[in-house]
Amino acid sequence: MSIQLFRVDERLIHGQVVIGWGRRLHPRRFVVVDDDLAASEWEQELYQLAVDDQAEVVFLGIDGARAALPDLLGDAVPTILLTRNLAAMGRLAADELMAGEEVNLGGLHPGEGRRAVRGWLNLGSEDLGWIHRLTEAGVTVEARDLPDSAPVKMSEILSG
Amino acid sequence: MTNAVVTDPVRGIIVAHGTMAAGLVEAATRVSGVEEGVLVAISNDGLGPEELRDAILSDASGGSALVFTDLAAGSCTLAARICCSQGAPLAVVSGVNLAMLLDFLFHRELPLDDLVEHVVSRGKEGVRALATPKRTDTGRADSAHVDPAVPR
Repeated sequence: MSIQLFRVDERLIHGQVVIGWGRRLHPRRFVVVDDDLAASEWEQELYQLAVDDQAEVVFLGIDGARAALPDLLGDAVPTILLTRNLAAMGRLAADELMAGEEVNLGGLHPGEGRRAVRGWLNLGSEDLGWIHRLTEAGVTVEARDLPDSAPVKMSEILSG
Repeated sequence: MTNAVVTDPVRGIIVAHGTMAAGLVEAATRVSGVEEGVLVAISNDGLGPEELRDAILSDASGGSALVFTDLAAGSCTLAARICCSQGAPLAVVSGVNLAMLLDFLFHRELPLDDLVEHVVSRGKEGVRALATPKRTDTGRADSAHVDPAVPR
């Protein structure tokens, strides 16, 4: 399986992903699924510079990512796929397109209507709704900021 | 490289993970004796990308500023670069260290482009491996082993 990590992280490609997860998974490709970024070349360049020559960075809108997902899952390039919010990941996984996969929640910061589960994990009712939809679409949801961190229990994520 | 006359000294903003920025501001202020407020610290703790950009732009308003960040690949640098690309009068330098900040504090009147070149150079010079002088039986350092990087 080439996509080693599906991650929801508002900061998308940043130090914790490139270094913290990158040193464990050795990705040769990052796929960023975001409609706004897919349409903004200058912002894409900034994210590409964060990776340097370590890996390829591909920017796709949600529809494009859904179309490309079967090929991405089937090729042999070690890949980390990122969305900046649960809604985007949920839309990507609709119709059981990601059934059997695991989604990592890694960086959702405080915001209006959000409850703090951890400093790096803040969830509102809309986020919880998307977690349910992901689960119903056959996706396992887990939360940890770094690969060696203890995962946050689902009961803690869903309570409140 | 610009030759523009700088009317106000460039302000310094440090954006980093955890408590790094605040620690560097305190250290630089203590060592240099420069008045508080010349260097501003921003931590990315608990801030999403938009909030971080807003914090940088808020501290940068009112003149030129040099934004120092920790990791070139990090969210702090990305936020600062986006602020820059949106037209704010900023320059961004990653890999901040104390040597770089001290150089900045004593050269803030330089035009921004020149100042960037200056602090990058001094920051790099501050990174060096240092040999330890070997003590002889007389208790004096063996001059053959004195670190050649230390100026006499």
